[in-house]
Amino acid sequence: MNNRIAISDSPLSLKKTKRLNQRVTRNIVKVFSYIVLITGSIIFLIPLFWQISTSLKTPEETILYPPVWIPASFQWQNYLELIERFPYHLYSRNSLIISISVILGTVFSNSLAAYGFARLRMPGKDVIFIILLSTLMLPSVVLIIPQFVIFQSLKWTNTYYPLIVPAFFGNAFYLFLMRQFFMGIPRELEDAARIDGAGYFRIYSQIILPLSKPALITVALFTFVATWNDFFGPLIYLSDSAKYTIAVALRYLQGSVRSRPENHLLMAAATLSMLPCILVFFAAQRQFIQGTVITGVKG
Amino acid sequence: MILSIKNKFHLTERRREAIACALFIAPVVVGFLAFTLIPLLVSGVVSFTNYSLAGQPVFVGFDNYIFLFQDKFWWNSVRVTIVYAIIVVPLWLVNSLLLALLMNQNLKGVHVFRTIYYLPAVLAGVAVAVLWRWILNYRFGLMNILLGELGIAGPNWLGQKPWAFYSIILMSQYAIGWYLPIWLGGLQNIPTELYEAAEIDGADGLTKFFRITLPMLSPIILYNLVMNIIWATQLFTEPFILTGGGPQFSTTSYMMYLYNNAFSYMKMGLATAMGWILFVVVLILTLMVFKSSPMWVYYESERRNG
Repeated sequence: MNNRIAISDSPLSLKKTKRLNQRVTRNIVKVFSYIVLITGSIIFLIPLFWQISTSLKTPEETILYPPVWIPASFQWQNYLELIERFPYHLYSRNSLIISISVILGTVFSNSLAAYGFARLRMPGKDVIFIILLSTLMLPSVVLIIPQFVIFQSLKWTNTYYPLIVPAFFGNAFYLFLMRQFFMGIPRELEDAARIDGAGYFRIYSQIILPLSKPALITVALFTFVATWNDFFGPLIYLSDSAKYTIAVALRYLQGSVRSRPENHLLMAAATLSMLPCILVFFAAQRQFIQGTVITGVKG
Repeated sequence: MILSIKNKFHLTERRREAIACALFIAPVVVGFLAFTLIPLLVSGVVSFTNYSLAGQPVFVGFDNYIFLFQDKFWWNSVRVTIVYAIIVVPLWLVNSLLLALLMNQNLKGVHVFRTIYYLPAVLAGVAVAVLWRWILNYRFGLMNILLGELGIAGPNWLGQKPWAFYSIILMSQYAIGWYLPIWLGGLQNIPTELYEAAEIDGADGLTKFFRITLPMLSPIILYNLVMNIIWATQLFTEPFILTGGGPQFSTTSYMMYLYNNAFSYMKMGLATAMGWILFVVVLILTLMVFKSSPMWVYYESERRNG
């Protein structure tokens, strides 16, 4: 209150200097922000740069002091050597099979259910939805061992079934996300189709799904990154090394004492493991960042 | 007469819709039963047995729970995880919020920064842990090389007692970019009129931050806080890859000890009991956060109503 009076009483020149001062401080803050953000960016990028740089070095260069930032000549054959010594194509293929199956299952099962929950009427539907949502609060810790026990009794260990099959039966998080999206689609479009005699499945597959591409893509992207990076699941279920995913194989490479590759090969392996996620991220950055906002605030 | 026919028609239409709905949600409901409810019931039983994958499980009552409370390795894993959570959760929240605030000022090239900070979060996992293991290498790691340039003799990050734990904390901050879009979304949703009104009242930057920005962000803070607590208690991959839980169990997190019990010692009953204890603790923590939320979380709808 006092301040307001002070401003209105102050002469014009004083007001001007105040505004000028404000602009100066704002610019100082901006310059300071740039310095902090650029420094932070360098700190965040150095590890990745160092990884790629190491992966292209000769073994001698990796332990030189002062450090070699850019190798004298890029040792692309490191990658060839890695692939020759370890069946990396096999691990990538395994990861890809699991990731694509999980994406298909997740998108399919959750979009079906989300349509039911968003649009169709059924007694008790809301109660079921709330029960499903409440599983979000259930940490996976409680379920890991009993699921393992059950899958083991089904003789599913050392197969991909425990990693893939559950995806075809829904995920509360993505179900919620898709239901929210479906509820935002105007009903008029469906009404028109219903008058034309379209059944529920046709409305779902020919109206709702095409209109929901952004949500479906977001779910697919998040599922891909989560599955590709998943470590615990493949670690506990896969024992046959020919079935390893990239994540488990990488741990095996760095953990095995006898066959442990040198650091330049290990960094080449890490780079290869990250490559699909980096490519997917740069191809669909917008969807990722928007997806985080949606899932973050509303999840 | 006409009315009753109409009614009947209406009813069958409704029934048709209900059947369709049941079919649409069937896979998810089956999934809930098969992969959540039944495992949950199974685990309730298993945690009271000495089940070990081989041989007939024997009912042992509360023995697993009693054993854990007397097990110094269990207490160690509890301590490691609690200290980790207490340090890491505030660091995650504060660092990522500070970054978001810096980026939320109409700077040129913000999207470049956002990409750079977000990228490591997408890559989180074994590969990043393997990379950090190389960076924190005692003799040839980049960290100690750079520290050496500054005239500091770098510690044996992964092999020495407090430093191994600090390494895990250091690495955890590499993924803070994950929260940036969430914070930025929240910051952009704050009506600019609020700041303009405050400026007219002569409020300075700090006042605006504590009186407008923080209260308006509080629902997001609540969400991030709850998620961060849950994530922090699930710490596994980083110590598993970086240190293997050592040295002297100083980085053996709760999840690592659970994993060891289940898959190294095959004590499924014990591991299940561990899972239940963690679940109950996390549930209590979450409820406490939610209970306290009316004191510090501010919802826009209240402002409109009141």
